[in-house]
Amino acid sequence: MSTPGSDIVSLRNVGKTFERGTVALDGLSLAVRDGEFVSLLGPSGCGKSTALRIIAGLSAPSTGVVEGPAGKIGFVFQEPTLMPWADVAANVRLPLKLSHKDDAQSHAAVRQALARVGLADFANAFPRELSGGMKMRTSIARALVTEPQLLLMDEPFAALDEITRFKLNNDLLTLWQALRRTVIFVTHSVFESVYLSQRIVLMTPRPGRVFAEIAIPAPYPRDEHFRTSPEYAGYCRQVAEALGQAMGGAP
Amino acid sequence: MSERALRIGLPILVLVLGLLVWDLVVRAFAIPPFVLPSPGLVLSTLIADGGLLWQSLLVTLATTFEGFLLAAVGGIGLAILFSQSRLVEYSLYPYAVILQVTPIVAIAPLLLIYLPQPLAVLACAWIVAFFPVLANTTLGLSSVDHNLIALFELYKASRWQLLWNLKLPSALPQMLAGLRIAGGLSLIGAVVAEIAAGSAGAGSGLAYRIAESGYRLNIPRMFAALLLLSLAGIAIFFALSALSHLALRRWHESAVKRER
Repeated sequence: MSTPGSDIVSLRNVGKTFERGTVALDGLSLAVRDGEFVSLLGPSGCGKSTALRIIAGLSAPSTGVVEGPAGKIGFVFQEPTLMPWADVAANVRLPLKLSHKDDAQSHAAVRQALARVGLADFANAFPRELSGGMKMRTSIARALVTEPQLLLMDEPFAALDEITRFKLNNDLLTLWQALRRTVIFVTHSVFESVYLSQRIVLMTPRPGRVFAEIAIPAPYPRDEHFRTSPEYAGYCRQVAEALGQAMGGAP
Repeated sequence: MSERALRIGLPILVLVLGLLVWDLVVRAFAIPPFVLPSPGLVLSTLIADGGLLWQSLLVTLATTFEGFLLAAVGGIGLAILFSQSRLVEYSLYPYAVILQVTPIVAIAPLLLIYLPQPLAVLACAWIVAFFPVLANTTLGLSSVDHNLIALFELYKASRWQLLWNLKLPSALPQMLAGLRIAGGLSLIGAVVAEIAAGSAGAGSGLAYRIAESGYRLNIPRMFAALLLLSLAGIAIFFALSALSHLALRRWHESAVKRER
């Protein structure tokens, strides 16, 4: 168990070259502290998803060192990635089933995870019967069911409409404050990253590396007031300008 | 009229019209039964020879069923083996294709030389039926959502868990499509082998009855036997379609009614 404030995961000089010769990451260094909410922000192709997959252990770095994460990991993909033949409860139970937890043990954990994302009444629905937002909630419940120390999210709300995205942003922050897990959140939205994170890691493409780190010191809980405040607009402008510089041209 | 009524009603209407024209032509030109029997004569032959034809039908159906079962087990089993080992797939897949593309009519006489007759008939039914199961299941097993595979890796799933909890359910729609084709094909395989065997002077299946009736110019019985074979094929198709629908109705787009 790591103490709050210590690094839960750190990448030093990590590079990743794919088989076809594409350099996705080069010299990426990044440390995430326990309990932190960090966003990886950048244009598509900057290697932020690759970095996330390396942290998850789904992909091996070509060069460099990855330390941690030690504990359990939850991963939320860009798509809900649910098994269409299984109902919501069975989808959420999957990680427990794969680690051979028996049904009685799993049952309570599944119910709790579903309640956290507001899907307690949909345990027996099939994925195709759910809206896009509810599918994503199911996916988040599945990531939470093992009570992971680290939650990795790869543009989870990119395909959702704005109303649903705002709602899920709020719910995610509520969950984060209640559970105090570490979240690494990949996004290409300046507004989303500012709203959610304590710290934004700005990445540049070709090859992917860290361009700047921007702290967002606004206090939590953040809600709709924060979303419409001049303070929020100010942070957004600051991040957007940095992003402009990172892209090598005028903002 | 509702969509459903049309789908059932129209084919029946076509059938009735077809039978009427057939009957009229036979009457109008006074065609003798050994050239073309009337639909009524076919039906009465079916009833008169019922016992004999029924026995033969059971023989053919038993072969078909056994061939289908072996094809299902063999096709799915081999597809699973292929999905577990690339080397096995590369080694064996070409021969599965060769077995499929060589016309079964040409293989049947050879099989009849090497194998006892019931076994040869069964082998024919199996050879034609197993390939669609193999090909479709292989396709299904290799088109699993990559992110779901990544998810299973993340939770350190064993090969067995990956196969049982992800690959097989994911491949189920394609597997069932393969089985549906295999059902009809195993009947064809059984019939081809019976006809090949029949000309060698043995057998008692429905196809053998057709060949035998042909030699004896018992054309009404040929038609009656043919009718039974068609009905058997239709029954097999519907049974497998129903099975497929039952297995997929909750989740797969092919079986779920579209909301408008």
